[in-house]
Amino acid sequence: MGTLKALKQLITGSAKQPDKPRELGRVVPDASRCVQCGICGYNCPVGIPVRDYARQGLPVTDPTCIACGNCVNMCPRGTLRWETSNHVIVLERFAEIMGDPDPLKGE
Amino acid sequence: MSKQYLIIGNGAAGATAAETIRQHDPLGEITIVTAEPYPMYSRPGLAYVLTNAIPAKQVFCRTLAWYDQLNLTLVLGKATQVDVLKQLVKLEDGRSLPYDRLLIATGARATPPPYPGHELQGVVYLDTIDGTNELVERAKRAKRAVVVGGGITALELTEGLSHRGVETHYFLRRDRLWSQVFNDDEARLLEKIMRAHHVHIHYNTEVTEIIGDRRGRVREVKLQDGSTFKCDLLGVAIGVKPPLDLVQNSPIQTDRSILVNEFMETSVPNVYAAGDCAQVYDRWTEKHMVDILWPSAVAEGNAAGLNMVGKRHAYVKGSPFNACLLFGLHITTIGQINPRREGDDEVEVLQHISRGSSEVWYTHPRTFRSAWAADGDNTVRLVLNGDLLVGAVVIGEQSLADALRYFIEHQVNIHHLRADLAAGGATLKQSVLRFWQQLQAAVPAAA
Repeated sequence: MGTLKALKQLITGSAKQPDKPRELGRVVPDASRCVQCGICGYNCPVGIPVRDYARQGLPVTDPTCIACGNCVNMCPRGTLRWETSNHVIVLERFAEIMGDPDPLKGE
Repeated sequence: MSKQYLIIGNGAAGATAAETIRQHDPLGEITIVTAEPYPMYSRPGLAYVLTNAIPAKQVFCRTLAWYDQLNLTLVLGKATQVDVLKQLVKLEDGRSLPYDRLLIATGARATPPPYPGHELQGVVYLDTIDGTNELVERAKRAKRAVVVGGGITALELTEGLSHRGVETHYFLRRDRLWSQVFNDDEARLLEKIMRAHHVHIHYNTEVTEIIGDRRGRVREVKLQDGSTFKCDLLGVAIGVKPPLDLVQNSPIQTDRSILVNEFMETSVPNVYAAGDCAQVYDRWTEKHMVDILWPSAVAEGNAAGLNMVGKRHAYVKGSPFNACLLFGLHITTIGQINPRREGDDEVEVLQHISRGSSEVWYTHPRTFRSAWAADGDNTVRLVLNGDLLVGAVVIGEQSLADALRYFIEHQVNIHHLRADLAAGGATLKQSVLRFWQQLQAAVPAAA
């Protein structure tokens, strides 16, 4: 895939993820606050096991995430927050579209 | 030959230890003894089952497939005795399980009330999933409930029951809500919100007996002044205790719980303890303390697992932290925060630790100062020991919680913050945020 096309997809959203909002961001947990109650996943409209990400302290990278913010709002312990776009995420998404793990290496 | 690891308890500490052991020892035999016929579940999540925020099945945070994947053997049974000479654990049903390394991670169980009648139907606890299911069923038919106990669990019981439409009466032996943690202002704030949620609070009221009807169900409670109070449900959350009878006839040293060193080792070789049933050195109080907190149990279970596989990993107990939501109010509690008043008895407090709390909360340094700010239903209280922040309570708006937790956990010298607070001019919140920004600029790791 050409760089231009990839950039275009990055901006407009990939064909694989038509529902992905344009604003880049993701849900990030603080594992030390989580008590694994599962309220997050229960309130996820697309059924992402958010609790498993929270347990491991990993950002929710599930491509089906529609960024609705339900899990963040419903968590009773302030475990989750919405991290808005930064260059790291942009580079990651770029790499995903390009199919290249290191976007800085070029084609 | 592969090592035999035996873990008593399938909660946060036990399951985390099993996972850690498996990461480092792919061939070891790992057996988990559990008294409840379920995969691991979130005990703090039970409160949200009671408020109906989630169905009961949602609290299971591991599937049986997870145990298979990690090749963990689950044994259903109740451990009754540890034989440290033969390295065996005896179960109630007569079975004996051998071990090379043993982890005691039984957790703690709710204490039944010390007065007559606690065997009656309708005396309920928010302690196990079976107990919670029973509580939910009974709440559907109950008209009037009484709740006793002074900690988070009792408050969660009152919230859940009132939320389910049961007329809820909260009986307190003294005159302040959550008295081991809250000062008078914080207690009044929660009181206002609880009353708005139609919880009836009765101070200086003590149950002395539970009286049943002919069918063995709770009918009323008798109070210390001789009067009776009709109710069909009694929610009990007066504290939790680890099942120490398990180690009673062994040389394993106990105090209020099982004493461990920084490697989570008990006084007996090859025997470890973690979670609610472990008493761990705390660098603030300079004593061995008990936490009944999920994140503490996870951290201790992980440390125990590392040491059980032979990694020498010293565990440093963090400042106990809890963030909870009660009646829509966010409350964060960190470190040494006891607002002790004259006549309060520390010994009694340590005897009655409740789920979701830490013994460290109930203490304060020998000399301390407090800083306090309130803005409507948002409050912040800081407990300072010289140039160190040792405790904090944040109610309502939570923007200071992470910063305060960092200052406490990393024992940051807060001399400049103190000076700023003393100088006045800025609000407490402004001063803390300014200091936090300065710290983040100076120490990038804090960001």
